[in-house]
Amino acid sequence: MQLTKRSKQVERKPMTIWEMLYLPSIFKGMAITFSHLFKKRPTINYPEEQRPFSAVFRGLHILNRDEEGREKCTACGLCALACPAEAITMEAAERQSGEEDLYKEEKYAAKYEINMLRCIFCGLCEEACPKDAIYLTQTFAPANYGRKGFIYGKNDLLIPDPNKDPEGFAKAKGELGKEKK
Amino acid sequence: MYLLQFDWWIVLEKFILIAVIVTTSLVVAMYSTYAERKVAAWLQDRRGPNRAGPFGLFQPLADGVKLFMKEEIIPTASSSTLFILGPMLAMITALMTSAVIPWSWTIDVAGRMVPLQIADINIGILYIFGVVSLGVYGIMIGGWASNNKFSLIAALRGASQMISYELAMGLALLAVLMLVGDLRMSSIVGEQIANGWNVVYQPLGFLIFFICALAECNRTPFDLPEAENELNFGYHQEYSSMKLGFYLFAEYIAMFMSSVLLATVYFGGYDIPFVNEAAWGNYWWVGLVGFSVLMMKTSFFIFLFMWIRWTIPRFRYDQLMHLGWRVLLPLALANMVITALVVLLLNNK
Repeated sequence: MQLTKRSKQVERKPMTIWEMLYLPSIFKGMAITFSHLFKKRPTINYPEEQRPFSAVFRGLHILNRDEEGREKCTACGLCALACPAEAITMEAAERQSGEEDLYKEEKYAAKYEINMLRCIFCGLCEEACPKDAIYLTQTFAPANYGRKGFIYGKNDLLIPDPNKDPEGFAKAKGELGKEKK
Repeated sequence: MYLLQFDWWIVLEKFILIAVIVTTSLVVAMYSTYAERKVAAWLQDRRGPNRAGPFGLFQPLADGVKLFMKEEIIPTASSSTLFILGPMLAMITALMTSAVIPWSWTIDVAGRMVPLQIADINIGILYIFGVVSLGVYGIMIGGWASNNKFSLIAALRGASQMISYELAMGLALLAVLMLVGDLRMSSIVGEQIANGWNVVYQPLGFLIFFICALAECNRTPFDLPEAENELNFGYHQEYSSMKLGFYLFAEYIAMFMSSVLLATVYFGGYDIPFVNEAAWGNYWWVGLVGFSVLMMKTSFFIFLFMWIRWTIPRFRYDQLMHLGWRVLLPLALANMVITALVVLLLNNK
């Protein structure tokens, strides 16, 4: 009974003597496997080589600074609110006089944590931020031995100062973020 | 006093030779595991182990350390003496084959002619048969002592498979013995150096011997005793730590020995075709060249074993028995009879 046009009738006629020898088909199979010795391998040697990501890849987060190296984040909490995985927590603090070169606005994040085990890298925090303070880069969280290591604090997230460390700043802005020890 | 005039140097000579050959076999077996993983990876478009050391060359060492560090479990329901004896026997029988194999030309060490062969006994081939048959005891004792249904089935399979394939193997070798007219391993190689390789005269015999060697080593497509997906690793299911390591290791040593045997019996041993090395003299480097040539042939066969393993699926049990008894045995018999007739006719001329 033919149910679809795609189904094929299996041939059940007895084997010829040539087929019964088996050896020709074994040699054919061995020739096929041998040809694979010289094929290109799709595997990438991961830590040494890295797969190129597209420009819209959503990887690890960074906290941005402005051109003078001041932190942009004002700890408004919109990213934490937008986060569907509830991965972001923060504590706000008020800027004291004399700290104007550190923080852009009067309020800043004293503590800012993202739990990378909870994060689903959806990028909603990036969209919610009114100050352009949080961005997703093209790196992903490297492996770690403990759960604690995946809770990224401000030290891990904050982008290097463009005035003091222009190289690190460019690197973080570009394709590669910082790697956690 | 005459009886006491024993050549003590021979003891030292043989002792060194045994140490070197056993070490070589172990190192080759160690790196066969690495080669197996690399070949498997290459045939499947993967990269294989490449993390431990350059190109992953320390992988066998890491595996060995891992096996030593594992917890050693002896099941309470097992008979512990036999349980320990199993892997020991497997290892010993695998290593014993090397005793009669001629590894290279006779070399001249400070005026002494040293043959690079542990024992040139006049029943070399028979000895190899005996040792190969003993190989089944490692599997059988291990499978029986584990007190596990899967292990027992695997052990039974291993035993019946080895017995079935030994017959055809023996008959294939008999044809070679008729050509050579001697059981000595050294004269089998000598005959090939003089008259050309046996594979030319015995292509069918070689094929039968090769298939049987695959079965004797429990390699795919005849790896029924350890069929992973039906018997949970078969006879060594209950084994852990280095006892398991011994079983796996013994298997690779057996593969190495089979390859050496194939090279020696059918592919001229340490002979380079169309080159008269005997005229080069008995220098140590001639011995080294001969040994490297044998090793090259052996490596080819080891690669062939692996190549087949990663190409062909496993036989079903009835197919295995069918092939052994109803295909290989009659073929080997026919091969033997034809060889006998030809030898008889040529000698009567």
